[in-house]
Amino acid sequence: MSKQYETVIGLEVHVELATKTKIFCSCSTAFGGAPNTHTCPVCTGMPGSLPVLNKQVVEYALAVGLAANCQIHQYCKFDRKNYFYPDNPQNYQISQLYLPICHDGGIEIETAEGKKTVRIHEIHMEEDAGKLIHDEWEDCSLVDYNRSGVPLIEIVSEPDMRSAEEVIAYLEKLRMMIQYLGASDCKLQEGSMRADVNLSVREVGTEAFGTRTEMKNLNSFRAITHAIEGEKNRQIDLLESGEQVVQETRRWDDTKGASYAMRSKEDAQDYRYFPDPDLTPVVISDEWIQEIRDRQPEMREEKQERYQKEYGIPAYDAGILTSAKRMADMFEETTALCKSPKKVSNWLMVETMRLLKEHGMDAEDIRFSPENLAKLIGLTEAGTINNTVAKEVFEFVFDKDIDPEQYVEEKGLKMVGDEGALRGTIEEIVAANPQSVADYKGGKQKAIGFLVGQTMKAMKGKADPGVVNKILKEILDK
Amino acid sequence: MANVISDETIEYVGILAKLELSGEEREQAKKDMGRMLDYIDKLNELDTTGVEPMSHVFPVNNVFREDVVENGDDRENMLKNAPEQKDGTYVVPITVE
Repeated sequence: MSKQYETVIGLEVHVELATKTKIFCSCSTAFGGAPNTHTCPVCTGMPGSLPVLNKQVVEYALAVGLAANCQIHQYCKFDRKNYFYPDNPQNYQISQLYLPICHDGGIEIETAEGKKTVRIHEIHMEEDAGKLIHDEWEDCSLVDYNRSGVPLIEIVSEPDMRSAEEVIAYLEKLRMMIQYLGASDCKLQEGSMRADVNLSVREVGTEAFGTRTEMKNLNSFRAITHAIEGEKNRQIDLLESGEQVVQETRRWDDTKGASYAMRSKEDAQDYRYFPDPDLTPVVISDEWIQEIRDRQPEMREEKQERYQKEYGIPAYDAGILTSAKRMADMFEETTALCKSPKKVSNWLMVETMRLLKEHGMDAEDIRFSPENLAKLIGLTEAGTINNTVAKEVFEFVFDKDIDPEQYVEEKGLKMVGDEGALRGTIEEIVAANPQSVADYKGGKQKAIGFLVGQTMKAMKGKADPGVVNKILKEILDK
Repeated sequence: MANVISDETIEYVGILAKLELSGEEREQAKKDMGRMLDYIDKLNELDTTGVEPMSHVFPVNNVFREDVVENGDDRENMLKNAPEQKDGTYVVPITVE
């Protein structure tokens, strides 16, 4: 390749809001119900039905907009986007085109070259579509409208990203922010967060943008990274061989590692938007905005700072503890119960992270309660169990959220620190290992470690290592 | 009639509306549409400087619902509207892109 190219990327991110009901009717938004059991005349587009806006949707959209430093359209309204497709029973989607609720914001991301702001063009509210299942044998499609009318916000960025790394940094920041706000769980695999990637390439130094394509069906950070690399190379190859990039929507197939064109934009993009006459305008007062501002929860940066100041947690650790809302909640709730922030931090950062990784789980999947982690820490602090046993017990806390106090009692795992009980075992170990004894007496201090290990093994890990050391020294130094 | 609708336009509007028109219907539609646009031109003669675009006929704002589930499972009734149904779903012609 002779020329140097630059990739220009903008994102459209759809986020399903965590409301209990749909955006325009009081049907449940619960995930996984039997087909069409959460539907009514409104969300199936029956003639004569009347949509009524869910107030919580406006509040979540405002919360996200304010957190993303957006301006608010204090007079905003809904528009109809017209298209025919069976997942959309009204033949229009209720969305916002002319006056989206939030506009002109931006969030800061960390990149290899330092901090950078990705500008946000707008955030608008809209409804989700139903789900289609294709039945190739019967030559028909089956429609489930449970998801029809589930509230979404669409966050549209400016084309400010230049690499897959920046895109992932932006998405992670956005996801964390929205999770902290409680506005959505943002699970890519389950589709509660979806990203469409608008990408073009241009020669380095050129001002004008190249022709862009839009990629859909990206449901993991891995797929997004692969799709960006693949599409960038495809466009560069086209330009290098003297061809043109066609403006189109492409679908990414992660198993094949390739994208293919879905439909040409020229003939399908005439959505004939117009204001929805069924819905009244939304007027957002200064007081309402202030109310939302006052209610904003503590965000990640604030937590990181507070953990360092209030609990003396190192900056790096505070970063990890706040990397997921669930982790930060666990830390704060457990610390409130056992008052040992450093120990709680240690259990979360070392053992919890290790087990999460081993099971391929996210922090959001943590099942154990702060109460049981606090109890486990209490047991170690009281000297009831030693660290080795505590780690074993923790695996059960992590898996099944067992009560560690009860478990230790039932399994007889209490630490043996009684000298009389230990002395007999230690004497046997010393008698059985003359070589180690000789090494120790010959000046090899380390040999005592082997004898401690043997004693712990004989005691099934329950011996108090401090007492074992003390008794061993007494015997050996005699 | 000041507005004359071309064959291309009526063809395009037909595609957008998913309508297949016969030759006769097409001519009638062209005439109807031309007359509608004439009417809009008439409205455009009004000076609307300083008039806020209206998005709702009533001066009402902020009609909200609280976020409380009130609808239960009414699938059986809802599916009565389906021309065809299968396993609790609506059956439609296949739509694979």
